[in-house]
Amino acid sequence: MALHKVLGTETEYGIVVRGDPAYNPAVASTLVVNSYPGTRVKLQWSFEEESPGRDARGHGHDAYGSPDPESAVVNSVLANGARLYVDHAHPEYSAPECYDPLEAALYDKAGEWVMRKAASVATEVSGRHVSLYKNNSDGKGNSYGAHENYLLSRETPFTDVIRFATTFLVTRQIFTGSGKIGRENDRPEVDYQITQRADFFEEEVGLETTLKRPIINTRDEPHGDPSRYRRLHVIMGDANLSEVQIFLKMGTTALMLAALEDRALPDPLDLFDPVEACWQVSHDLSMKRPLELDGGGTATALELQWRYHEWLSKYAEKELDDPVWKQVLDEWQRTLELLETEPTRLADTLDWVAKMRLLDGYRDRDGIDWTDSKLRALAHQYHDVDPDKGLYYRMAARGSMRRLFTDEQIESATVEPPTRTRAYFRGRCVTEYPGALVAANWDSLVFDVGEATLKRVPMMEPLKGDAARVAALIDEAEDAAALIERLGG
Amino acid sequence: MSDRERAQSRRREESDAAEETTQRTESEADLEELDELLDEIDEVLEENAEEFVKNYVQKGGQ
Repeated sequence: MALHKVLGTETEYGIVVRGDPAYNPAVASTLVVNSYPGTRVKLQWSFEEESPGRDARGHGHDAYGSPDPESAVVNSVLANGARLYVDHAHPEYSAPECYDPLEAALYDKAGEWVMRKAASVATEVSGRHVSLYKNNSDGKGNSYGAHENYLLSRETPFTDVIRFATTFLVTRQIFTGSGKIGRENDRPEVDYQITQRADFFEEEVGLETTLKRPIINTRDEPHGDPSRYRRLHVIMGDANLSEVQIFLKMGTTALMLAALEDRALPDPLDLFDPVEACWQVSHDLSMKRPLELDGGGTATALELQWRYHEWLSKYAEKELDDPVWKQVLDEWQRTLELLETEPTRLADTLDWVAKMRLLDGYRDRDGIDWTDSKLRALAHQYHDVDPDKGLYYRMAARGSMRRLFTDEQIESATVEPPTRTRAYFRGRCVTEYPGALVAANWDSLVFDVGEATLKRVPMMEPLKGDAARVAALIDEAEDAAALIERLGG
Repeated sequence: MSDRERAQSRRREESDAAEETTQRTESEADLEELDELLDEIDEVLEENAEEFVKNYVQKGGQ
């Protein structure tokens, strides 16, 4: 039986300081992160525990093990169990570990609310108007990431992940894209394309995340017991604003990985050239372009997605009880049907279609072409997290975007941690014992309880530290010292 | 029948059943909604699009 797919997202936001094109983005990002007014603890992120240079293929070199001085400056853990910090001169929100794709979508959205509040306070205290964008490209060749993480069993051979996940990730772009005007990174000219990220993928498999980006990232950093777990770090996705789309992206991918682990995928469906196929899929708004398959013959991205849908429907029916998977499969089926017949009807669900509808509307009404600055400004503004300026939010407020959550649910998810993963323990400790927390990582918390040594609480099991196991313990411990004592010193 | 064939056959039935007049009304309503949306967005658009786009430069990240 496949390991439960604990999952979550991490998003680097674009940042602009109005009226000051020469601003330093690292300084501005630090201002934003420091400005967040919600409950959180600023602390040391225990870098010695992280090893982003370790390779899942077993190479074991650790080129990036040293702390990144930019990131070490501001680091905080929020009451919802998320991490808010500065990474690569962008403010980044890493959502807490979630139990299912619906929850993962909710906590990804909570990140927008956190960033919105942080930007608003940053603007107030600095007197400079700071804007944040949930997107992945500046249209000038610079990309920044929206990553997804999925828990895998250590027993799953990484070669299977490479064989089975590559084609899925390349073809899912037809429903994971957030839409972009033009091309980047020397790809062929195009007016508008489905995704923000596809142009930047240059390798099939690799360790890099900032250059020569690979479809399958091999970073072997399980953030849990390394003898039991892997974490698949998916770097080939767009940041999405549509709630349904985030749910669909995470849900289908988690389902595919569960089936992969259970060896329920009959055929790897290898593409002849996955890297070329990345941009080919993204540039083809008709979704009818035949992709060359490795064993000869061709198939479109839609046809390949229907194959996965068929396999995973059978798999889920047999193996999975939770109704959330039925919801994933239904949404997936509806999306594929409409992509095939009337993609414009997905303007309330998929960011790339919603944005295209807006841009087409302006092109028709104002008689402007794709190179017009007004269209490019609109395309960026779609992603602004300010609810008054952001065009996604304007559309959502009019009822033009289908929602899965109320604003109240999202607001609540900025302060309440998920209850069924270890994020619960982390989030509750931020709220209950902020003064005693000195360092954190995904798989540990370090407390100063006034003794000679610091107390480290390991959290190597992503599904432990949940409310069922620790809520009463925390409720009864009046301070961190009492908590540590109850945990056994 | 595969999911895909089922989906196609269902879509065919749906479109056969739909009256042409209904479709036209729907698309008119769509256009009206889009016009309203664009009018609303006009109010919040970046004032100097050219400068905004020029200054929208990000440091490469992950």
